[in-house]
Amino acid sequence: MAYQRVKFTFPQELITLPVIYELGKQFSITTNVRRADVTEDRGWVVLELQGELEEIERGLEWVAAKGVRVDPVQGDIVEG
Amino acid sequence: MSFANALRCRECNREYPLDPIYVCEFCFGPLEVVYDYAAMRKAVSRESIERGPASVWRYADLLPCDADAAVDIQAGFTPLIKAERLGEELGLRHLYLKNDCVNPTWSFKDRVVAVAATKAREFGFKTLACASTGNLANSVAAHAARAGMEAIVFIPSDLEQGKITGSSVYDATLIAVDGSYDDVNRLCSELTGQYPWAFVNVNVRPYYAEGSKTLGYEVAEQLGWRAPDHCIVPLASGSLYVKIWKGLQELVKLGLIDSVHTKMSGVQAAGCSPIISAWDSGTRNIRPVQPRTIAKSLAIGNPADGFYALEVMAESGGSGLAVSDEEVVEGIRLLARTEGIFAETAGGVVCSGLKRLAAAGRVDRDEVVVAFITGAGLKTQEAVMDTLTPPLQIEPTIASFEKAFGERSVVEARPAAGSAS
Repeated sequence: MAYQRVKFTFPQELITLPVIYELGKQFSITTNVRRADVTEDRGWVVLELQGELEEIERGLEWVAAKGVRVDPVQGDIVEG
Repeated sequence: MSFANALRCRECNREYPLDPIYVCEFCFGPLEVVYDYAAMRKAVSRESIERGPASVWRYADLLPCDADAAVDIQAGFTPLIKAERLGEELGLRHLYLKNDCVNPTWSFKDRVVAVAATKAREFGFKTLACASTGNLANSVAAHAARAGMEAIVFIPSDLEQGKITGSSVYDATLIAVDGSYDDVNRLCSELTGQYPWAFVNVNVRPYYAEGSKTLGYEVAEQLGWRAPDHCIVPLASGSLYVKIWKGLQELVKLGLIDSVHTKMSGVQAAGCSPIISAWDSGTRNIRPVQPRTIAKSLAIGNPADGFYALEVMAESGGSGLAVSDEEVVEGIRLLARTEGIFAETAGGVVCSGLKRLAAAGRVDRDEVVVAFITGAGLKTQEAVMDTLTPPLQIEPTIASFEKAFGERSVVEARPAAGSAS
């Protein structure tokens, strides 16, 4: 079992979609929201995912393909 | 000795011991080092600092690690230069440049890595690691060599040769990742949890970031123990900018300077300006972007400290703006032409940003202004190469010289009257 901490950033057009619910339903992943800030035109959610590593990777690919930006919780790791 | 006594979550204020951890277990907020300032105040004075070495370690008591075990390549205490010619050109009477190009690996990253490497060795790590597009990689490789540690450096596979050499010369293990920027970022995030390495800007990030405070300390000391009126700082993750502010605030807490009235202004390249975009929109919500700029050392699309940078910008009364890539190049050349400093692209961002801020009256001509030049230009020569005047090609004869030289400048070609023959 693996854990991954990620930050989802939603563009305006995806704010109203139940992306996190669908992620948990379509993949064998437990989602656990820890912090979030969502307004009518943008939003981000910091959450922990629990599941098999390959399942988490597949799930995150699905989320990214929806148009949600997926980042590690600490933001960019690559620095100048 | 260090007066650090805990890590504290910036979001929910939960406290943790001083371990190699970087996010709050409860809310996943970032952790920051906290200190016993009352004890620190009794131990530190202007005189005790002035007696210290000419490096970041003169401020060891204000940092989260033990100076006796420092990994020391003489980072910091770089010159603060009165910029008369640039100041005249921009209409600023008291302009200073903090020249961090002259650090041992030619960028301010030596400050943060000095602290991170020292703390990593203190924690018992044998390997120092990072993911970088240049400056950080060079500094990690050099500090690991000095400390006798292994260095593992992840770079994008299309990185320029000069930056690769600047890390591999120290015998670091370089891993060129074939993939997009986001791929490299995600891979390194996963590796952090799986290998017992000190990833300087990830699992020892709370300590690493504290190294940037020394820029604030130095500027105040070099100005005769006073805070500047205005700082112009390049923004990437926003950490440097926030920590300069924290450094100045700490000097007041310790009674080393009277007050901080400093306006903190931040500048980004327009091709990667998520912090400035949020500032301009009047929101604290950072919208991540895909970086598209020649200022690669500032190309952080999802800045970890962006929110906190916006807080400082508002609290200090500063402002922010973004400059185009053309302005970045113009800024590099302006700085070189007026002050003899060859900066990398981040310096061009600062110089052009300052020019715009001054022209708009957002920097007052009588303010004591400090512009932070954070890295040297030799690493990013390709940014300006095509804009420079090529050398005059001549035959080894006086006639050929005078023809070519005369064509370029008729007036300057004449020998001075009375000059030795």
